[in-house]
Amino acid sequence: MATTAGVSVEKIEGSRNLVLNMGPQHPSTHGVLRLRLELDGEMIVKAEPDIGYLHTGIEKSAEAKFYQQVVTLTDRIDYLAPLTNNLCYVLAVEKLLQLEPPPRARWMRVLLTELTRLNSHLVWLGTHALDIGAMTVFLYCFREREEILHIFEMASGQRMMTSYFRVGGLAPEPPLGLLERIRKFADMFPSKIDEYESLLTKNAIWVGRTRGIGYMSAQDAVAWGVTGPCLRAVGLPLDLRKTAPYSDYDKFQFDVPLRTEGDVFARYQVRVAEMRESVKIIRQALDGMPEGAWKADAPGITLPDRDQMKFSIESLIYHFKIVTEGFNVPAGEAYQAIESPRGQMGYYIVSDGGPKPYRCHMRSPSFANLQALPKMIEGRLLADVVAIIGSIDIVLGDVDR
Amino acid sequence: MQEASTLTVAPAEWLATATRLKADGFDLLCDLTCVDWHPEPDRFEIVCQLYSTQTQGWQRFKTRCSEAAPPPTLSILWPSANWFEREVFDLFGVRFAGHPNLTRMMMPDDWVGHPLRKDYPTEGYR
Amino acid sequence: MVAYLLITLVKCLVVLLILLTAVAYIQLAERKIVGRMQSRVGPTRVGPFGLLQPAADAIKFILKEDVTPDGAHKFLYVLAPMLAVVLALLSITVIPVGPIVHLFGITTALQITDINVGLLFILGVTSLGVYGVVLAGWSSNSKYSLLGSLRGGSQMISYELALGLALVGPVMLAGTLSLRGIVEAQAHLHWFIVPQIVAFAVYLTAAFAETNRVPFDLPDAEGELGAGYHTEYSAMKFAMFFLAEYVNMITVSCVATLVFFGGWMGPLFGPALLRALLPVLYFVAKVCCFLFLYIWVRGTLPRFRYDQLMGFGWKVMIPLALANVMVTGLVVALH
Repeated sequence: MATTAGVSVEKIEGSRNLVLNMGPQHPSTHGVLRLRLELDGEMIVKAEPDIGYLHTGIEKSAEAKFYQQVVTLTDRIDYLAPLTNNLCYVLAVEKLLQLEPPPRARWMRVLLTELTRLNSHLVWLGTHALDIGAMTVFLYCFREREEILHIFEMASGQRMMTSYFRVGGLAPEPPLGLLERIRKFADMFPSKIDEYESLLTKNAIWVGRTRGIGYMSAQDAVAWGVTGPCLRAVGLPLDLRKTAPYSDYDKFQFDVPLRTEGDVFARYQVRVAEMRESVKIIRQALDGMPEGAWKADAPGITLPDRDQMKFSIESLIYHFKIVTEGFNVPAGEAYQAIESPRGQMGYYIVSDGGPKPYRCHMRSPSFANLQALPKMIEGRLLADVVAIIGSIDIVLGDVDR
Repeated sequence: MQEASTLTVAPAEWLATATRLKADGFDLLCDLTCVDWHPEPDRFEIVCQLYSTQTQGWQRFKTRCSEAAPPPTLSILWPSANWFEREVFDLFGVRFAGHPNLTRMMMPDDWVGHPLRKDYPTEGYR
Repeated sequence: MVAYLLITLVKCLVVLLILLTAVAYIQLAERKIVGRMQSRVGPTRVGPFGLLQPAADAIKFILKEDVTPDGAHKFLYVLAPMLAVVLALLSITVIPVGPIVHLFGITTALQITDINVGLLFILGVTSLGVYGVVLAGWSSNSKYSLLGSLRGGSQMISYELALGLALVGPVMLAGTLSLRGIVEAQAHLHWFIVPQIVAFAVYLTAAFAETNRVPFDLPDAEGELGAGYHTEYSAMKFAMFFLAEYVNMITVSCVATLVFFGGWMGPLFGPALLRALLPVLYFVAKVCCFLFLYIWVRGTLPRFRYDQLMGFGWKVMIPLALANVMVTGLVVALH
């Protein structure tokens, strides 16, 4: 007799379990995740995630491209947090080059990656709520996400595949009016978070569907390499923005939201609180945005200004050389980890001294977090599976790369 | 973030070093991957990134091995190594000794070859 | 005799026509209203304000390819949607929409047929509706459909109990099972909602479950099961389930109006024609309020989990309904 969630199931002699193939085409597996579930009634006896349906060989492609070209590939990994990927990659390359971008570039990066965090969390909240049946939250979240995408488009010319951060700084100069638009958004957004919370946080059905579900202990979480909000929901204050600050994050005041329950509801609370913290960081970044250059003065690595190229032959030559031959990066290796909306995102880059990365490996948070999924869903009900998948917030592009 | 110190060991000491590092508090295995240095004889360089949730320190440790003599699996120390090693097997063909479930994960089950090896063409075999 | 048959036939046709139009436009209204709640506009392209959208949908349903999955039990697979829609339409026959009227020298009731156990008939027919769900899920030869139909079966049977028990209270107060009789017992604004507020709450909740609507839409939980028992259905067969769901929604809204909100009762005034028309308008308006509630809830609430739903049904709803029956019985007996 197995007991779970208040349901007791008596096993009948000679009965077999139902094997249910969930995905890769399924509305709630957040992309092309396939789960092979063994069901006893509605209870999950065994769960095996099967991934790779979105494997695009980005690590292999990266080895065939110049360093600055790889930026465009990184967008496509975690397509809900493209700028975070851009940032992680350029930081790793800058580490190999020992290049420090100017303050304005660093602050712009913080500003935009925090917007990316909001963007990603909004998609997470919307789809998570949709999986559990709350359809309206989904559309509310996408309403605000739309504005964030407009801001990205304004900065980079692209809504999703931004490729806005480049080795040494930013791609084009941030346009006029960008900061005002972001400020308007930051002023408006906290009230919208209240709106989502009013539909969910105290809703008895929502709490019933999420509290006590998908529990994971702190030891298990660390052992399985779970990071990000899922880890902070078990009470471990691991946030790389605090513990290993990059890109001037140590100059910002913010809290790391923590819960100790380790269930789906705790992860929900952590992420919602994180959205509020992100708004705080965005405001600080707007208030203290330094003036000055937006890319490092590193000829041969950062592209020269367009108007310079019209008058200076050196600029023209540098431009030509960067575009056609790339730039050489000193031989060595670098592992750069940053806090993506999903957890620890790491880029491990090995250079052999040439203009193309010898090896570019992405440690994707979704990959590690997904590995812990069977631990959370075995012994639960089928309906909990979608709630738990939603709560670990995977992006299959990030898992498969 | 400062670059972590690197510890390079022989494949034979792989598991012992890992056990010691874990005892030293490096409880989070962030990453395990491989670099292919084809055509050198010990072509595969297995690289681990470790993190300590207590001291917030980083540690990298790695080993070089040939295709014939792969290192043992770390999944008994860090369960999270399971998928990382499966991925390395799938894309590089390193058969970690004692791994509980060394099957393809990114590529289809019937795929021939290991795409991330340097002798595997970027365009694939046509 | 011929006249009676003719009148009944005409009434059947009129009801069917109105019902099908109503279903089409409730569906449009749902898309429009939910759309507004979700800060979007809903369908606007087909006709003015999207008013022709239902026609476009109907054409689409008819023209879509009709797929039968491999290994499906052909006969039951075809039977299930028919069963669903026939049973849904059947229960509407005993719903009275207004008082007895005298038109063109004919005296007739504004319902297809007035049987003295109307309420019992509706309960009986709607409980048969579970066959449509179970057969559809079982005959499709798909695991998702099967799970959906298992859920649907147990959910509908459990909540049928609560639904029936909730209606016992008003029936005791009215002393009749005839829907017309129940409405007439509520004349002069003595609506049963006041003494039977508990029964109403139970009825309303059970009705949501009975019609598989949010937050009880587990049998066709999109999130987990694709579309539950009708995952494998397409074209007109799917449309039939769709139709059945909305007709059921109308039926339970009608019953709620009749049993708790005095049916067509309301203040009458004005010229004779208006006096004849007002009751029907009152009835329609009340039903529309319920339908709006359905749509509103859909825009607001997430979905229950299967075990929570069953627990809620057996541990909260049925005891509440039973307690209500006991208290009502005591009061009726003491009077």
